[in-house]
Amino acid sequence: MTDSTIAASAERRGVPVWAQVIIWVVLVGLLALVAVMLNRRQQGTVQPGDKIPDFSMPLFSGYELNGSSQVKFADLRGKVVMINFWASWCKPCEQEAADLRMAWDYYKDSGKVVFLGIDYVDTEPEARAYLRKFGIVYANGPDLGTKVSQLFRIKGVPETYFLDQEGVLRHVQVGPFTSVDDIKAVIDPMLR
Amino acid sequence: MKLKRLVSFVLLALALAALIAPAQRAAAQKPTPSDDDVNRIAHQLYCPVCENTPLDVCPTEACRQWRDLIRQQLSQGWTEDQIKQYFVEQYGVRVLSEPPRTGLNWLVYVLPPLAIIAGAVLLLRAMRSWTKQPSATKSAEPDQQAPKDEYVRRLEEELKNRK
Repeated sequence: MTDSTIAASAERRGVPVWAQVIIWVVLVGLLALVAVMLNRRQQGTVQPGDKIPDFSMPLFSGYELNGSSQVKFADLRGKVVMINFWASWCKPCEQEAADLRMAWDYYKDSGKVVFLGIDYVDTEPEARAYLRKFGIVYANGPDLGTKVSQLFRIKGVPETYFLDQEGVLRHVQVGPFTSVDDIKAVIDPMLR
Repeated sequence: MKLKRLVSFVLLALALAALIAPAQRAAAQKPTPSDDDVNRIAHQLYCPVCENTPLDVCPTEACRQWRDLIRQQLSQGWTEDQIKQYFVEQYGVRVLSEPPRTGLNWLVYVLPPLAIIAGAVLLLRAMRSWTKQPSATKSAEPDQQAPKDEYVRRLEEELKNRK
């Protein structure tokens, strides 16, 4: 090896190979992580036809379901389930509150439909005041740690999800319902 | 004599009780937390609904409710950590302005210093190579000059021979 090649190899001797490998692995890993997170963000809400994974959540005292202060989604199989995400600070939620109450009054005695209100990032006193104000009596509880809303990948409130007797999502309503008939138009075909 | 001692003991006990009671009452009744007290904690939390807005400056109705909740919790004697923990349980870990040092969150704390160090190392190496380059070109000059001189020498020789 001549003097010039030795000098050239010394000149070329930069970051060790193992360090280069680590740097590239970290960079690719980071890019993959960003890609996964962006993909998840752009997914939107769960879509009709999706099977909703099982979840459980607590219910407000006075708003229990069949006397239980905890609701397990798996226990609701065999019934049409309406899940409504709402919050006391949400003005559009107020637009549909009366319609939801009337719809519940219509279906509650059938025993085939369950209404479940999920209070999204709210404070309990205000949530209770809201429920009292609109005369809502069906099962309601807080979305602790936003776990359930993350499961449905909600984009805001109000959003309402209708699941059939097998726990498969059949209809998604983003934004408030404008009449009780709109709610019935979703539930009635699922009962046939 | 015994009676006198008993009376003095009772008087002493009463005096002690009179001294201790107001202090206990003061401890039980926490003063109403000031806006600064509330905002000190609210500043460490983010609005769970609006994106990237600290709770202390968030103008929405929901944020006002949460600040009221912090005030209420402070007046009930909750500590800062208890209040933050309550918010995490209710609204998720994303409400914290400073992510907890667990799991993937470590990347937030580790990557920026690593990137700065890596950048500094690269810059240092680049600067070193810049300072080395002029001497390298200088040493290359005689080599480049040599064939030129040889050519000139041969040319001159040829010219001489022609004469």
